[in-house]
Amino acid sequence: MTKPPRSAAARVTAPQGGMFFLGAVLRKNLFAVAALVLLVLLLAVPWVPQVVYPVFVMKLLCMALFACAYSLLLGFGGMMSFGHAAFFGSAAYITGLVTKYWGFPPEVGLLAGTLFAAGLGAVFGALAIHRQGIYLAMITLALAQMVYFIFLQLPFTGAEDGLQQIPRGTLFGFIDLRNDVAMYHLVLLLTLGGLWLIYRVVHSPFGHVVVAIREHEPRARSLGYPVERYKLMLFVISAALSGLAGSMKALVFQLAALSDVHWHLSGDVVLMALLGGMHTVFGPAVGAAVVVGLQYYLDAFGGWVTLITGLIFMVCVLSFRSGIAGAVLALRTRPGLTP
Amino acid sequence: MEFFGMPVQVLAGQIMLGLVNGCFYAVLSLGLAVIFGLLRIVNFAHGAFFMTGAFSAWMLLHFLGWGYWAALLAVPLVVGAVGGVFERSLLRRLYGLDPIYGLLLTFGLVLVLEGGFRVAFGTSGQAYPVPPLLQGVFNLGFMILPIYRAWVIVAALAACAFTWWLIERTSLGARLRAATEKPLLTQSFGVDVPRLLTFTYAGGIALAAFTGVLAAPILHVNSGMGSNLVIIVFAIVVIGGMGSIFGSIVTALGIGVIEGLTKVWYSEASTTVIFVVMALVLLFRPRGLFGKEGVV
Repeated sequence: MTKPPRSAAARVTAPQGGMFFLGAVLRKNLFAVAALVLLVLLLAVPWVPQVVYPVFVMKLLCMALFACAYSLLLGFGGMMSFGHAAFFGSAAYITGLVTKYWGFPPEVGLLAGTLFAAGLGAVFGALAIHRQGIYLAMITLALAQMVYFIFLQLPFTGAEDGLQQIPRGTLFGFIDLRNDVAMYHLVLLLTLGGLWLIYRVVHSPFGHVVVAIREHEPRARSLGYPVERYKLMLFVISAALSGLAGSMKALVFQLAALSDVHWHLSGDVVLMALLGGMHTVFGPAVGAAVVVGLQYYLDAFGGWVTLITGLIFMVCVLSFRSGIAGAVLALRTRPGLTP
Repeated sequence: MEFFGMPVQVLAGQIMLGLVNGCFYAVLSLGLAVIFGLLRIVNFAHGAFFMTGAFSAWMLLHFLGWGYWAALLAVPLVVGAVGGVFERSLLRRLYGLDPIYGLLLTFGLVLVLEGGFRVAFGTSGQAYPVPPLLQGVFNLGFMILPIYRAWVIVAALAACAFTWWLIERTSLGARLRAATEKPLLTQSFGVDVPRLLTFTYAGGIALAAFTGVLAAPILHVNSGMGSNLVIIVFAIVVIGGMGSIFGSIVTALGIGVIEGLTKVWYSEASTTVIFVVMALVLLFRPRGLFGKEGVV
């Protein structure tokens, strides 16, 4: 968990000359450089719509945040929820309700969706954290199914048709979100903000206690930590960020649909975390990119998407449990240095 | 005649429907519990094998002209064998790991099976006729009981009773219970535990497929029919706890009846009532109605 002493290394190598210094920094901070390149590419997206469709990238960003928020609970907290679509989807519906039927601006819609998901996360968490492991998975799955049926029946959700034509509106009264470029920057900003928050949670004192609970719950309990409160808190954070992703998705596509609360999506997000590397902080974002891309390009083939997703799932579980990011990390770290 | 403001026919009819559903839940949760007990795997694919069973019956009728009774016998054997192969070739690799991986692998299998049947037959339901012998109704005076539904209840309860007898009253069952309690010790006594695991998984799957054939004439045979059911069965397993066979059967039947009664009084809630019950049980008795203390 400790960060490598980057600045110290840079100081040591600095006197040895320009090119070497640059090379050392590059080697030491490969991830930082990669992140920077990625950020530049992401910022460039809305200006080259003929190369890559910005709305698709917005979906990618939403799902990346969703997957990382989910993985905060699974990979980091060691709690497997199989009902995270409930948070994503209900936030999407609430954002639609607040902006379309109640006429509030988009920032209120996003906030309302996120808060609703957080509240729902508190309810789910309070019920589920009494049981561990697979029971927790079954309980969250069942509760999410209940949420699915509720949204199927509520009058404003449009049932099978979904809640359509959600207005994007004007952010803070002066940024017109109907413009894809403005919408894109909002989504990018919120996604990066969410990911930063996840990073902060993982590297905070709170995060260290969560790790202690994951690794040895009775010991953490005997040290006096209120284990239930920590678990619930993590559950709520994960649900709220999943909700933020769902709210953004509702504004981007101007649609909240039953597929957003369906257990298929709960399964998809598990796959994203697993494929990307659930024991890494941002690996699930890579998994999200792969899964969303796959579904985008295979969309026309109907049942084949489900079938192929299932096959990837099985292959990952059987022989690729550390995921893409885990594999990359293993390549970079020399055998003797693995923590 | 009225009862709580409802005509008795309506009430009895819904209780009957609830019991039929409860029977499906019972056989499925029984298979799930037996598999979990020995393999420590939550078999997400249970519903998908149920669906495979129903589809196999339909395919046998459609492509080979095999009738209901032949299907009722052949389908559990074939689908059970497929389950055995799956356990032996893939599931086995995950023993000893976190049980979550078993759940995930079987979830992947659900997607493969559902996607496969959707590619082959589309999403719309296929009708399966009620066999001639079981067509018609009994007139009980206070209600009309379709013979097929009565048969489903009898057959499902018989399957439960048979499973109970197999586990509690035979030497095979004794070995199975021993392997559940102490796998290593049982193996050291010369019992082939790995083979027992395969047998158990195949048996549980055969039960699910059997239920699928039973359900085929009642429910529309389609690729999604199993998953919705398996989520309900998960909730039932949480409510009842995986402690006892008897407990899971009683819970399943009870939940079926509660669901049926909800349809009478407040039909909007009939899809959610099971999960509300689960939440209440979790609040007041987290280990489940029949769960043993100390069992996670």
